[in-house]
Amino acid sequence: MPIKTFFFALFLGLPLSAQAALVIQHWQTPQGARVLFVESHELPMLDISVDFPAGSARDPAGKAGLAQLTHGMLDQGAGGLSDTAIAHRLADVGAVLAGNFDRDRASATLRTLTSAAERTAALDVLARVLQQPDFPQAVIKREQQRLIAAIREAEADPGTVADKAFYRALYGTHPYAHDESGDPAAIGRLTRGDLQAFYRTHYSAPNAVISLMGDITRAEAGAIAERLAGGLSGAAPVPALPKPALAAASDTRIAHPSTQSHVRVGAVGMARNDPDFFPLFVGNYVLGGGGFDSRLMREVRDKRGYAYSAYSYFMPMREAGPFQLGLQTKLEQTDDALKVARETVRQFIADGPSEAELTQAKSNLTGGFPLRIDSNRKILDYLAVIGFYQLPLDYLDTWVDRVNAVDVAAVKQAFARRIDPDQLVTVVVGRAGGAR
Amino acid sequence: MRSLWAIGLALLAGSAQATLTDVTLDNGMRVIVKEDHRAPVMVSQVWYRAGSMDEFNGTTGAAHVLEHMMFKGTKDVPPGEFSKRIAAAGGRENAFTSRDHTAYFQQMQKDRLELAMQLEADRMANLVISDALFAKEIQVVMEERRLRTDDQAQSVVYERLMAAAYQAHPYRRPIIGWMDDLQNMTAQDARDWYARWYAPNNATLVVAGDVKADAVIALARRYFGALPARPLPARKPQAEPAQVGQKRIVVKAPAQLPYLLMAWHAPSLKDWEQDTKPYALQILAGVLSGNDSARLQKSLVKTQQIAVNASAGYDAVARGPALFMIDATLAPGKSVAALEKAIRRELQRIQHDGISESELARVKAQVIAADVYQRDSLFYQAMQLGEYVTAGLPPEALARRVEKLRAVTAQEVQAAAQQWLQDDRLSVAELDPQALKPQPRRAVPGVRHAN
Repeated sequence: MPIKTFFFALFLGLPLSAQAALVIQHWQTPQGARVLFVESHELPMLDISVDFPAGSARDPAGKAGLAQLTHGMLDQGAGGLSDTAIAHRLADVGAVLAGNFDRDRASATLRTLTSAAERTAALDVLARVLQQPDFPQAVIKREQQRLIAAIREAEADPGTVADKAFYRALYGTHPYAHDESGDPAAIGRLTRGDLQAFYRTHYSAPNAVISLMGDITRAEAGAIAERLAGGLSGAAPVPALPKPALAAASDTRIAHPSTQSHVRVGAVGMARNDPDFFPLFVGNYVLGGGGFDSRLMREVRDKRGYAYSAYSYFMPMREAGPFQLGLQTKLEQTDDALKVARETVRQFIADGPSEAELTQAKSNLTGGFPLRIDSNRKILDYLAVIGFYQLPLDYLDTWVDRVNAVDVAAVKQAFARRIDPDQLVTVVVGRAGGAR
Repeated sequence: MRSLWAIGLALLAGSAQATLTDVTLDNGMRVIVKEDHRAPVMVSQVWYRAGSMDEFNGTTGAAHVLEHMMFKGTKDVPPGEFSKRIAAAGGRENAFTSRDHTAYFQQMQKDRLELAMQLEADRMANLVISDALFAKEIQVVMEERRLRTDDQAQSVVYERLMAAAYQAHPYRRPIIGWMDDLQNMTAQDARDWYARWYAPNNATLVVAGDVKADAVIALARRYFGALPARPLPARKPQAEPAQVGQKRIVVKAPAQLPYLLMAWHAPSLKDWEQDTKPYALQILAGVLSGNDSARLQKSLVKTQQIAVNASAGYDAVARGPALFMIDATLAPGKSVAALEKAIRRELQRIQHDGISESELARVKAQVIAADVYQRDSLFYQAMQLGEYVTAGLPPEALARRVEKLRAVTAQEVQAAAQQWLQDDRLSVAELDPQALKPQPRRAVPGVRHAN
C-alpha cells in the first residue's frame, strides 16, 4: 500500500480550521447572576449548569466537608418536596439533575427535553433545589453517614490515597490542601445551622454563573435565568482565596496492601487566568499530556513496560492548581519507575521540547479542536468554565491561534518559571520503604 | 461482480437527518454509516467479532493483549506510528476489548476519515508482532490487570462471581485474563489470535458523523475491500448448563465496607421482534434503581439505611447469555445477611404485588428522554450500533428499541421477576473486607533525590 504518498496528499490539501463560530450570548440578571447562552435547535433538549464558588476550598476552619455535604443535600428535600418527590418528578419527565463538585466549584446541572410539559416540570424542580433547600434534619444525618462511609471506602483505593496525600503535601495550610470530601470527624460534627449558613453566603445570585445550551430562544433563556437567580440570596461575592505558597521538596511514603505503588510527583502549577496557560498546556502535551504521543508514556510504558498509565497535567484552578505527574507500577519496580519519571521531567525542563515535538503537539491540539465542541454537553462545560473563571468570551474563537502562537522558547521559559525539578513533591502509596 | 446492498433506515421521528446505511462488501466486511451533520467531525470504529469469549483456557486475555499489540506496527507503518499519525491529524484514538468483541476507534475532523481507514485496513492484514515489543507490552498488560482488578476489591468480587456463575460458558473468564495466563503468554499466542480472527469477514466498520454514506462506502471498498476474506474457525455455542441450586462465594480483599453482588441467569435478546422478556427485564432494572428514589435506593439507602449504595443492572445485548445483577455496599454497623434479606424482600414485593402504573410510566419516560439525549454523543451512537451488530442484532433492533420498551406491561415486568429472579438461578458473592493495616506515613521534608 502506498502509504507515504497518501499521507503527503492528505496533509497538503486540508484547511486546519473547521470550527464554525460559536456564538456565546452573555448578560447579567437583575439580581447580579452572570449568564452565558448558546442557542442550538438541532436537538429538542436543554442543558443548564448553575455554578457557585462553593467548593471544598470554601470549607470553614474545622468544618472540612461542609461544602460537599451542603452541595449533596440540595436535592435531598427542597421547597417542600421530599428527596423522593424530587427524584420522581425528575424521572417522570425524563430529566437528569446532577452536579459537579471540586475544590473551586459546586454546580447543579439539568438536562431536560424542551417539550413544554417536561421543561416546565424540570425547571420547577431545579429552581426549588437551588433556591429552597430544606436540609431536613433526618436526611442530614443519613447523608453525613453516607459521606463518611464513602471516604472510608476510598481509603482502600491506593490511587485515591495518593491523590489526597499529594494535595496535602503540596498545599500545606492552603484551603486546597484538604480533600474535597472533607474529614470524617468534622463531618460528624456538622449541624443543620452550618449547612444553612454556608448555603446562604455561597449560593447567592451575585455568586452564580448560569450557563444554558440548547433548544430555546434568547428570550426564553432570559426568563429562565431570571427565574433561577430570582429566588437566590443577595449575599455578596465571596472573597478571593489566598495565593498558595510554592511547596518545598518532600517525599511521602504510605504503606498500602496493594500490588502496585501509586506514584505522584508535582509542584504548584498555574491558575486558570495565568498568562502562561497556553505555553504550559501545549508544552505538557509533549511531556505527559499527549497520551501515546508524550515522552512519559514513551519512557515509562513503551520502552520499559513499567506502567499501564503514565501522564502529567496542569490543573488550572482559581488560584494556582497542581502540576502532577502520575503512574502506577508493581511494588518491586517502584523506585526504578520513579527515577525514569523524574529524569524525564528534569530533561524536559532543561531542554524543552524539540521543534518536531512541538509541531506535533500543535497539530494535534489545533486539528482536534472541533472535537472539543462537538456536542451540547461539551459546549455547556466550556460555558461554565468561561463564566466561572471569567475567561474572555472569545476564548474558544482564539483558542487555535493561541495554541499556534506557542513556540519552543515560550514553553521552555514557562516551565522553567513554574517547575523546579529540585523542589518536587513526591508521594508513593504502596511500597513504604526503599527511597533512594 | 460486486454485490452491494443498502438499506436506509429512517430512525425515530424528529431525527430526519440521521439516516443509516448498512452495506456488506464482497469480502464479507460490513459497513454501517450513520450521517449526523451537527458538527464537522466523525468517529470511525472497526469492530471485530472476537472477544474474550472466543479464547481458550491457558491463553485467557489473548484478545485484549492483541488489542495492545495492534498499535505496535505493521510491515509499512513502524511501531508507534499509527498513534503518531492519527495524533498529527488532530485525532483521538483508542481501542477496547470486551467479552464479545474488540473494537478500534478514531475521532477526527470529518475530512480525515481516509487516514483512519487506510491505517485500520493496513493493520487488519499486515500486523507485525515482534518478540521484543511483545515482551514489553505483556508487562504493561499485567500492570493494567493490577490497576483495574487486583487492587480494586469490587472488581475482584465481580471477576470471581463471573467464574462462579458460569461453569461452562466462556463468560466465566475475565476479559483481561488470569494473571498466570498473562505470565505465560507468548508472542506466538498473540500471532495465533490475530491469524484466527482478524479478517474482513469478521469485522464491521461503523462510521458516524458529518460524512456522506456514499463517500464512506467508496473509501471502505478501496481500503478494506482489497483485503481477502478468510475462513473463520467454527464457533461452538458452549451453552451454560441449567443451574441446579444457589451458589455462594466469599471474597476476602483489602477494603473498608462489605459489598454484596447478586447475579441471576437471564436471557439476552436474540429474536428482537418476538422476544418480550429482555425488554421486561430492562424495565425491571429501571423500576429497581432507575432514579435516586427508585425501589432499591428508597428502601435500602433512604428508609432502612442498611446500604450506602444499591443498584440493579441488566444488559440484554450480548453474543452469549445475560445476567440480571444487583449490588449494594453495606452501611456501617449493619450485617450483610440483613442486607441480602432486605434486597430479597424488595424482589418478593414485585413478584407478589407487581409494580405500579406510575413506576412503569416513569421508567418509560426516562427511556424516551435518554433516546434523545444519546444523540448528543456521536461516539455513543456508533458504539451502540457496533454492539448490536456484533451481538448478531440488526440496526433495526436498535432503531425500534424504544418502541419495544414502551410496549412492556406491568404484568410482564412482574412475570419476568417471577420467572428469572429465582434462587436456583442465583449466584451471590460477598466481599469480606480485610484490614488495610495502615502504617504511619513517613514525610521527609527537604529530601533530595540524586537522580
